[in-house]
Amino acid sequence: MSATASLPLATAPGRYRGGGLPGFGLSLGYTVTSLTLVVLIPLAVGLWQATDLGWGGFWHAVTQPRVLAALRLSFVTAAIAGAVNAAVGVLLAWVLTRYPFPGRRVVDALIDLPFALPTAVAGIALTSVYAPNGWIGQLCAPLGLRIAFTPLGIGLALIFVGLPFAVRTVQPVLENLDQELEEAAATLGASRLQTLWRVVLPAIWPAVLTGFALAFGRGVGEYGSVIFIAGNMPLKTEIAPLLIVTKLEQFDYAGATAIAVVMLVIAFLCLLAINLLQRWAGRRAGLA
Amino acid sequence: MPLMLQDPPLIRRALIAGALLVLGILLVVPLAAVFTEALRLGLGTALTALTEPDALHAILLTVLMAAICVPLNLVFGLAASWAVAKHDFWGKSLLVTLIDLPFSVSPVIAGLMLVMVFGLHSFLGGLLEGWGLQVIFALPGMVLATLFITFPFVARELIPAMQATGREEEQAAYLLGANGWQILWRVTLPNVRWALLYGVLLCNARAMGEFGAVSVVSGHIRGETNTIPLQVEILYNEYNFVAAFALAAVLTLLALLTLSAKSVIEWQVRRQRAHPEAERLTNRVPLHQLPR
Amino acid sequence: MRYCILLLILGGLLAGCSRSPDSGETRTLLNVSYDPTRELYADYNAWFRQYWANETGETLTIRQSHGGSGKQARAVIEGLKADVVTLALAYDIDAIADRTDLLPQDWQTRLPHASSPYTSTIVFLVRQGNPRGIHDWGDLVQPGVQVITPNPKTSGGARWNYLAAWAWAMEAHHGDEAQVRAYMRALFQHVPVLDTGARGATTTFVQRGIGDVLLTWENEAFLALNELGSDRFEIVVPPLSIRAEPPVAVVDANAQAAGNLKVARAYLEGLYSPEGQRLAARHYYRPVEPEYADPADLARFPDLRMVSIENFGGWRAAQARHFDDGGLFDQIYLNAQPEADR
Repeated sequence: MSATASLPLATAPGRYRGGGLPGFGLSLGYTVTSLTLVVLIPLAVGLWQATDLGWGGFWHAVTQPRVLAALRLSFVTAAIAGAVNAAVGVLLAWVLTRYPFPGRRVVDALIDLPFALPTAVAGIALTSVYAPNGWIGQLCAPLGLRIAFTPLGIGLALIFVGLPFAVRTVQPVLENLDQELEEAAATLGASRLQTLWRVVLPAIWPAVLTGFALAFGRGVGEYGSVIFIAGNMPLKTEIAPLLIVTKLEQFDYAGATAIAVVMLVIAFLCLLAINLLQRWAGRRAGLA
Repeated sequence: MPLMLQDPPLIRRALIAGALLVLGILLVVPLAAVFTEALRLGLGTALTALTEPDALHAILLTVLMAAICVPLNLVFGLAASWAVAKHDFWGKSLLVTLIDLPFSVSPVIAGLMLVMVFGLHSFLGGLLEGWGLQVIFALPGMVLATLFITFPFVARELIPAMQATGREEEQAAYLLGANGWQILWRVTLPNVRWALLYGVLLCNARAMGEFGAVSVVSGHIRGETNTIPLQVEILYNEYNFVAAFALAAVLTLLALLTLSAKSVIEWQVRRQRAHPEAERLTNRVPLHQLPR
Repeated sequence: MRYCILLLILGGLLAGCSRSPDSGETRTLLNVSYDPTRELYADYNAWFRQYWANETGETLTIRQSHGGSGKQARAVIEGLKADVVTLALAYDIDAIADRTDLLPQDWQTRLPHASSPYTSTIVFLVRQGNPRGIHDWGDLVQPGVQVITPNPKTSGGARWNYLAAWAWAMEAHHGDEAQVRAYMRALFQHVPVLDTGARGATTTFVQRGIGDVLLTWENEAFLALNELGSDRFEIVVPPLSIRAEPPVAVVDANAQAAGNLKVARAYLEGLYSPEGQRLAARHYYRPVEPEYADPADLARFPDLRMVSIENFGGWRAAQARHFDDGGLFDQIYLNAQPEADR
């Protein structure tokens, strides 16, 4: 139970529903209806295809060493990229909302550009920069560091596509964060670090988790930007979405959807876990 | 900003420098690569490439798709965030996760699923085909794919922001007799306007830049169903790197255009803040003035 | 619900908009093709439009769609209204015939030369001066040589590469399949990057500077030289390769529905005409009727021995044996990996 819902006024008879505000039925109904039409029906019909295989065929299709290696690669790199993004996202959001510096608007505008660039262009641009003969790749090659065509390159591409998620979920919350709380903490003698840790972090924590979840989810399914930089070597740098495309190339719709189902289920469970964690964190922050 | 909240200059500079460094390596260098390629043979060549009929058609089509998808997702985002952030109900986490789902569906799969729903061999596809309405490999299919991919954007920006502002103001307004639309318009939206704006901007940028899903349902017909990202791929595959990157740069500039719109709004709001009277009138109506 | 209605209205409007440009006097023909034919069909369409206008007085708009061959076949299966398909492999058109009623199973017998108006072969593109001294398939597995080829699982062109290498190895090892497999395994151990398509592989080799030799279509190799610098690369023609036959076919049901059957047939027959053959040769495809081509164009094609897909029992057999999941390529490749790690 959140602190707000226990306000005595909100429980006035006849006006209480959900959280004491009107429009619940309309907004929830509309949400569920459009979600069903745009997202759930296509997904359900598509996933139905996987049932063509039967349970045995499904199991066989998704437990091939190559499939397992690709799934592991996709999920691990996406998780690492998501974590990096969450950290970088907090840093960027903080700097953008708290420190006025020349050119801040430009930097702020730049954040969204990974969305605007078509993923294929992003992939080509990243590959040309990080390939052994590229601007940055050239600098790394003498150090024995290969970026393009290794899992490192995949991670980099995923950080690139996920960065706006991480920044843009934290930024509005920081902007809305009541600075009076920080002032109060400071007045009461808390050090700056204590204030950050006890006041700011709990407030932005749900947003940080959301940012991680979105960057992670995006990374798991990302195809366009990764295939250029990955090298696509089976068992090593072959991502799961590429395997799906490979199956389709053989007109194996059922096999393709089998891998898709596995990806979807794992991603869904991860997101669900994060959302539950986030509610929990939000509730704690609300009580604190 | 109150003095006691200011961090030491050294830390501020270090954090700013760190942020700029990360951005430089991650974003600026690849973008610079795009613009360098686009302008390798001079601005004239790049502009010529952009005025090709196929390129112009791709630009128009892309803008049209964004113009359809963004408003639809905006309405959805408002409804979803109102339901999720301002109410308690069973299964809320599940609903939020379902809203997130399009993020974790590989765009390739998203397109494929639309093909399975509306393709020639599906029940629905056959039915619509009978009415002479082609969905897949035509504009409706591409719009649906983009809608699918960008579906969570506005909602996902609004939900944390609405949660962060709490419900007290809305509840107070409600007790004072405001109806739902008035609360939404006068209390909630002013509080979350930045999140709303970000959501719309992200949605718009992503709608214009989407490649994977649209690629599956477009059919790649030149001058007909090629959006900017698809046209970029085609040009790149023709070894026409200058034209490809010039078109990619256009997309980047379109995004910058929407972002500068944001800056203008921001500036106006700030100007209003300088005059508290004006802010009260336009921004947040004091609760006692709400119509009964 | 409002959302749904709005969506339907918008959909209807858009369908209306997208159809309206075609409603005039002009007839529109859609050619669904694979990646490397863009330049050829850009020229050929211009000629055919003129030819058709002279013959019938009709103004013709020819729309082109290019992409990976398998992906394009899938799009047609799923409802892309192609009047004609001009793809990289007969297997892809077979797939359309197998999975739909759009065209008959015997489509390949309807036009001369197994419905392939032009052919190509697989050659090597190496860096200027051929520093690694690569002249034949055996040289590809010398220590330190890096070979660039796309993935045979996702690229039609790569399947031709693979089969050409296989054919050479069968001859070199006198049909000893164990040794052939050992060669193929070694070959793929020398591949540092597996791109998904032929043009991606060319970019890796040319733009990224990775690899010593690129296995590619002859027409692609010539095009890469022209577009990307003849002073940086040279073409090496191995003594033995494979005759790659990209087939063409009318998609009867689509063409009939659009009233395009006659023009679609004329369009493909035109590829066999003197002008069609001349254009094919100019765009580095080997014409099936060389007497119509410009001798200067023909002189660019070196003589070499070529096996054909029939040596592999046709595409259906080759696909099932080599490229399907669990097939020879998978066995060779997945076994090759641990050795590469050692």
